[in-house]
Amino acid sequence: MTDHSNTPRTTPHTLPRASATFDDYTLSEIRRAAATGIYDIRGGGAKRRVPHFDDLLFLGASMSRYPLEGYREKCSTEVLLGTRFAKKPISLKIPITIAGMSFGSLSANAKEALGRGASAMGTSTTTGDGGMTNEERGHSTQLVYQYLPSRYGMNPDDLKRADAIEVVVGQGAKPGGGGMLLGQKITERVAGMRTLPVGIDQRSACRHPDWTGPDDLEIKIEELREITDWEKPIYVKVGAARPYYDTALAVKSGADVVVVDGMQGGTAATQEIFIEHVGIPTLAAVRQAVKALQDLGMHRKVQLIVSGGIRNGADVAKALALGADAVAIGTAALVALGDNDPHYAAEYEALGTRAGAYDDWHEGRDPAGITTQDPALMARLDPIAAGRRLANYLAVLTLECQTIARACGKSHVHNLEPEDLVALTIEAAAMANVPLAGTDWIPGRNGGF
Amino acid sequence: MNLSLKPSASAEGETFVDLAHTPLRELNSALHKLAADTNQTLWKIANPAGRHAIAAGLDVPVTIEIDGPVGYYCAGMNKQASVIVHGNAGVGVAENMMSGLIHVKGDASQAAGATAHGGLLVIDGNASARCGISMKGIDIVVKGSIGHMSAFMAQAGTLTVLGDAGEALGDSLYEAKLFVRGSVASLGADCIEKEMREEHRALLASKLEAAGILGEVDISEFRRYGSARTLYHFHVDNVSSY
Repeated sequence: MTDHSNTPRTTPHTLPRASATFDDYTLSEIRRAAATGIYDIRGGGAKRRVPHFDDLLFLGASMSRYPLEGYREKCSTEVLLGTRFAKKPISLKIPITIAGMSFGSLSANAKEALGRGASAMGTSTTTGDGGMTNEERGHSTQLVYQYLPSRYGMNPDDLKRADAIEVVVGQGAKPGGGGMLLGQKITERVAGMRTLPVGIDQRSACRHPDWTGPDDLEIKIEELREITDWEKPIYVKVGAARPYYDTALAVKSGADVVVVDGMQGGTAATQEIFIEHVGIPTLAAVRQAVKALQDLGMHRKVQLIVSGGIRNGADVAKALALGADAVAIGTAALVALGDNDPHYAAEYEALGTRAGAYDDWHEGRDPAGITTQDPALMARLDPIAAGRRLANYLAVLTLECQTIARACGKSHVHNLEPEDLVALTIEAAAMANVPLAGTDWIPGRNGGF
Repeated sequence: MNLSLKPSASAEGETFVDLAHTPLRELNSALHKLAADTNQTLWKIANPAGRHAIAAGLDVPVTIEIDGPVGYYCAGMNKQASVIVHGNAGVGVAENMMSGLIHVKGDASQAAGATAHGGLLVIDGNASARCGISMKGIDIVVKGSIGHMSAFMAQAGTLTVLGDAGEALGDSLYEAKLFVRGSVASLGADCIEKEMREEHRALLASKLEAAGILGEVDISEFRRYGSARTLYHFHVDNVSSY
């Protein structure tokens, strides 16, 4: 007879083990796709972890570098954009601008708040796909008018009352992709401005209708300059993909300013797969763009604006140290206005998400009243108070950037330089072309690894 | 500036500009400075030599006659003015026009009338690819034929073609109305032939009249094309069309 006294009553089981490849989010997306048959559309930029400015550190002053006294010694922040050809360059008091976001994707109150906040700090805002509104023009002392493939709402009167023109070739969230604005947000006013039927799912072209390539763009820019009598700075905005060549070709085409938008840069609505898998991180784009300008002898002559994932003054300072003239913020500006505020936690949960993760901006049900055209929701956003929050936030970014610049001994934020930086990771060192911290090793420099 | 009033100028005032000697910038600047009640209402431009952006950005009711071929974006974003090109036109003639008249006596290159919101564009010859792309209210009359992808994403307005249309006519069309007398190589996604009712014949007649050719062609020979409106909302069943 066998003795079973030492046999456990139940066989031990291994713990449930989720797949790293098929993680919970991936599984949920497969189920969603199977149920609906349509790709997932959302707003915002890349959410996955990518090498970013967090992977860089400033060295600060030491024996061989003198710091400037905080609050006493001047550290200037002004930026002049459009000095190459424009008769009337834009003068910004801070090196932080507001990126292009459309009326349509954003509520009129949100656009007004952006204008109020930016104007209070002496910087510019930018229109988006869908044209310029009077509220936006009225509340923005300096307004950049985007020239997009769709040309929704494009007209010469607005072109002439803009302070600068931004020819949009692409954006970081979707280089090579067009826009979309789903029917929930195509209200009568939005439809009227875009010459579209009310309530349709609007698609925007991914390519300009009347030019292809840099040779054509040069002629297009000449036309825009002729129409505006060579007064306005002309920017060319590209999504970060091939930033060295794109920047060089933008310069060749006659741009006054090049805007490079990394993959963390937001969009109003695009396929999730596009946002996460097309384009390169902002960090990887900056030095390439700067190198193109330097190789052409155009650094600081053609200004560079960098955007995509700028959150604090350190990000601003790092972008400038790598050679940018200014940065643009979009997502962070919306958060400053009130986007994803925990105040509306219960309502975000009712939408199947949570405060901080809400990205279904295209559905127009934003509890914070920002990414919506619903009059009741929109009324929740007080444009004066929200504009003040944005101004406060911009002030903090500027002060933080100045704090770092002074610590590095710089009397102007533009005097920050790559030599002030080191990288925490090999990837960031290679992308930013600065040494790995604690070493003098720059991957790729002098034929090295 | 080498602008000269001809001694034999008419009462309205005729201004002659020779682009062989006058920089384009000076011409466009002078045109932009014209007051609404200017008496310089007729401008004759010689030796355009394919220059780009001639008479772009006008906003005054004057007539510009250009004696020769023009380059890209002639009369771009025009408002009010009448621009007559005695020659061929390059890419994007009358692009984003808001109002007025552009008359090309020769052929036009790609993207003629692109994104234009209003006014009338008449092309006596042929127009190349993407004629009327993203048009937003303009009326285009082409007496010859048009190339492929014409009226792509066309939102509003009319495109009338006395000759043939190339491939993928009206792809992803919104509410623009297309009239073609000749053959259509193929229709683009969501573009279908539609019934030609009396109201459409009247609309077509009005456009032919505006182009000065009413009675010269038989309206019954035209067929009408428009949007099937099946792509107006994203749907899994339309996935092959996206």
